[in-house]
Amino acid sequence: MKSASNLEQRRQSIYGWLMFAPAAVMLSVFAFYPTIATFWSSLFSRGTRRRPSEFIGLENYTDLFADPTFWLVAKNNLLYAGVTIPASIAIALAMALWANSKISARSFVRTAYFTPTVLPMIAAANLWLFFYTPGLGVLDKIGSLFGFESVNWLGQPETALWAIVIVTIWKEAGFFMIFYLAALQTIPEDLKEAADIEGTSRFTYTRRIVLPLLMPTTIFIMVNALINSVKLIDHLFILTKGGPSDASKLLLYYIWEMAFAFFDAPHAAALTILVLAVLCVVAAVQFLYLDRRTHYQ
Amino acid sequence: MQPHVELTGISKRWNDAIGVEGLNLSIDQGSFVALLGPSGCGKSTSLRLLAGLEMPDEGSIIINGRDVTTSAASDRNLSMVFQSYALFPHLSVEENVVFGLKVRRVPKRERMEKMARALTITGLEGLEKRKPGELSGGQRQRVALARAIVAGQKLCLMDEPLSNLDAKLRNSVRKDIKKLQRDLGITVVYVTHDQTEAMSMADKVVLMKDGRLQQVGSPNELYSSPANTFVAGFIGAPPMALIESEVLPEFEDGLTLGLRAEHVSIVPNDTGRLSCEVIESEFVGAETLIGLAHSGTVGVTVLQPGLSLIQPGERVDITFNDRDLHRFNQAGERL
Repeated sequence: MKSASNLEQRRQSIYGWLMFAPAAVMLSVFAFYPTIATFWSSLFSRGTRRRPSEFIGLENYTDLFADPTFWLVAKNNLLYAGVTIPASIAIALAMALWANSKISARSFVRTAYFTPTVLPMIAAANLWLFFYTPGLGVLDKIGSLFGFESVNWLGQPETALWAIVIVTIWKEAGFFMIFYLAALQTIPEDLKEAADIEGTSRFTYTRRIVLPLLMPTTIFIMVNALINSVKLIDHLFILTKGGPSDASKLLLYYIWEMAFAFFDAPHAAALTILVLAVLCVVAAVQFLYLDRRTHYQ
Repeated sequence: MQPHVELTGISKRWNDAIGVEGLNLSIDQGSFVALLGPSGCGKSTSLRLLAGLEMPDEGSIIINGRDVTTSAASDRNLSMVFQSYALFPHLSVEENVVFGLKVRRVPKRERMEKMARALTITGLEGLEKRKPGELSGGQRQRVALARAIVAGQKLCLMDEPLSNLDAKLRNSVRKDIKKLQRDLGITVVYVTHDQTEAMSMADKVVLMKDGRLQQVGSPNELYSSPANTFVAGFIGAPPMALIESEVLPEFEDGLTLGLRAEHVSIVPNDTGRLSCEVIESEFVGAETLIGLAHSGTVGVTVLQPGLSLIQPGERVDITFNDRDLHRFNQAGERL
């Protein structure tokens, strides 16, 4: 009797480990090990033929903090995240609310909104290059109709980052809209009717009922948007290459530059670890703090 | 007395499919009216038209003497209980109940008083802070009721409010709703496909089929003098048996005769008016329903006291009194 239940328990635990193993292996090989290896290599100096790499502790990090470009890039990325995240979420929500209402050509509207998401970022960047190019670009063509002077949107430090920001919002809003649209469809129609009978205005209904019920989706999107604000740099390669004078350079692009243009792997590793740490803290705050204030069905 | 609600010539169609056609109905102040019928008969559509959740294609709706045909739902001074309850899942019981009062900007003190009263009436005290997800089905149903009565509207619409409850609970909530309606003196329009609910609760039953009215009357009227063969074949458990008059030589041809199970009795073989084959015996406790088959008849049933099962396939003779027969013409109308 006892051995039978022991056997059953063993079987259950083996079963559990088997279920756990694939994810554990994949995550270890592709996430945990690279993270630790990166951290480890960030503690060593850059090896040259004359001076082999040696352990230098946190010196790579202090170098970074002393580097004005690092602070400029960090500030750029902060501004980039601070604008693209709320803007793309707000636009996604507005588009989803509209595409979810009873309008004609609803599926056309949805498809149209989703198209930017389907395009590869490189293709999208080329598209926008055509918009932004001074003289030839669509923006300038339209501007000249109204007598505005030609503007080099991507070529001047004041506008370059904003031009990048707009491309990102355009790209992301449609993607996030799909999540909102899916969430909106899980809200039963009769909640709206129950609110209608009480005389609830559309605005109050949206604010008091729809937005709280969309909170889980919003958190999910926020985390995604945050990660993307660090991760999504493809368009920089096409549009500005981080210039002019680093005005549109973002952290990941800077890391890439350090590692593969200047071949300074240790500093790139140190910067990577910093970015990872910040992302972890923010994600934890979002999930732990906002989760408690969110209703999950 | 002026009727509380008056529907005149209401029609609603969707792409040529009939929702409701030519509905005329007058509902008295303080009465309990049940809209009854099979699925797709237009009873829910009628209720939604009355609530203002749909707009009729034709006809007029008058509530309290005021034409509200094109008014918004919120201008009709009514409350509604939904089949799914339509509770806001992220709000607590008390927030759900006062939601409408808040929207209507009722001052906080009055809001709290009204809520406390509604929760007492529906027996929800102590559950104020719970979310709907933490309540049982019956409790959720009561929250929906509390939300409907809290505003003190005199007209309350209920769309199959008991269909998500189990049979036992349904029985007790049925009584609660009836008592609530009487105590508060409100008019209730109640949609159901369950004739037991309609017959036991309503002062007036409105039976519909395919978007059209079949009969309006007290439960007794529908039971004892059905207006047509559809009503006869729908009301009652078991419903009325329908017999073509050709089967009985003493009647002229072309009639349909209706006969209730309680008026049929089994007699020794070869002495009855019809000789039928037993197709099923259903024991329901106090009595046994015995289903009989005979060409030209539908649903002939006889009640036997207690447990008295008869083997399917056996032949039995039945008899009945002519004065218990309901006569319907070829079109199915009562004569």
